[in-house]
Amino acid sequence: MSAEIITQLPARRSSLSEFLDGARRAIPVVVASSPFAVLFGALAIDNGLTPFDALFMSMTVFGGASQMVGIELFGHKIAPWLIVLSIFAVNFRHVLYSAAIGRHFAHWPLWQQALAYFLLTDPQFAEAESRAQRERVPFAWYFGMGLCIYVFWNMATLAGALFGRLIPDPHAIGLDFLLPIYFLGIVMGFRKRPMWLPLVLVSGVASMIAYKFVGSPWHVSLGALAGIILALIVPPSSQKA
Amino acid sequence: MNETIWIIIASAIATYFTRVGGHLVLSRFETIHPRIEAALNAVPAAVLTTLVAPSLLSAGPREMIAIVVAGLVALRGGIMTMFITGALVLILLRNFT
Repeated sequence: MSAEIITQLPARRSSLSEFLDGARRAIPVVVASSPFAVLFGALAIDNGLTPFDALFMSMTVFGGASQMVGIELFGHKIAPWLIVLSIFAVNFRHVLYSAAIGRHFAHWPLWQQALAYFLLTDPQFAEAESRAQRERVPFAWYFGMGLCIYVFWNMATLAGALFGRLIPDPHAIGLDFLLPIYFLGIVMGFRKRPMWLPLVLVSGVASMIAYKFVGSPWHVSLGALAGIILALIVPPSSQKA
Repeated sequence: MNETIWIIIASAIATYFTRVGGHLVLSRFETIHPRIEAALNAVPAAVLTTLVAPSLLSAGPREMIAIVVAGLVALRGGIMTMFITGALVLILLRNFT
């Protein structure tokens, strides 16, 4: 697949082939995230939601970790505004994503930008960032990836909500540790960037400290902030790969 | 509509706000200082690392082996290869050791 991309790079590709290439980029994401969508659907039913509620949440919020936190809170008697605030807190990292990626959407029509931000998940951001490093990001490619992830996320949610009782022990199939492995792969994909190792060390240690002393989900924003401040204070001229 | 649906709608709006908010703030500025640019380029590694690191605190030997193997595979292979290798190592270790 990579050889094919290299030979086609100089010529501008059609929207359809960009769309299909984007959809191909979604395959690993679908493989890694589907177990969580199924688990989300199953847990949503356990916590008193209907299959429609679960699907509606996947379709509108479209953010795995925050949806998990949300249904966990639905199961208890918790004030509605506190549930919304918790979901906002878990998703707060997207503020940083949209700040970083917005530069590369600026040449698209407004409706495409509005749609692109709706589809801005962790892997979508990572793929778009690495492509933006080399060239302009075509909307068809971005949308192909985003739509594919979106459709499978919702289908897997519905499957979990309807047939969730059939899933095996989540611990035995490693479900609690699949996402860290997947995100490690994404982090490794950026290892050629300036300051990568110092950034990873500082953000990693800071997030562990924040996890222990402040708690989840704030460790994400606090840990990321530590790394971003490092990039901010080191003079740009000395930030070499 | 029941309360659950309203909570989901409010959550969806709050989430969309986070997905567009950083851009809305930054687009108010005409030019971006090189240091801000460097900070924005740091976002992928900085944020995505925080989704991995804290899980190491609760990791036992099996999880550590899986994550080290996956990390090494990532040096040579694509994300799909590394993910499936890491997942297989973890599942095998958890079920057979």
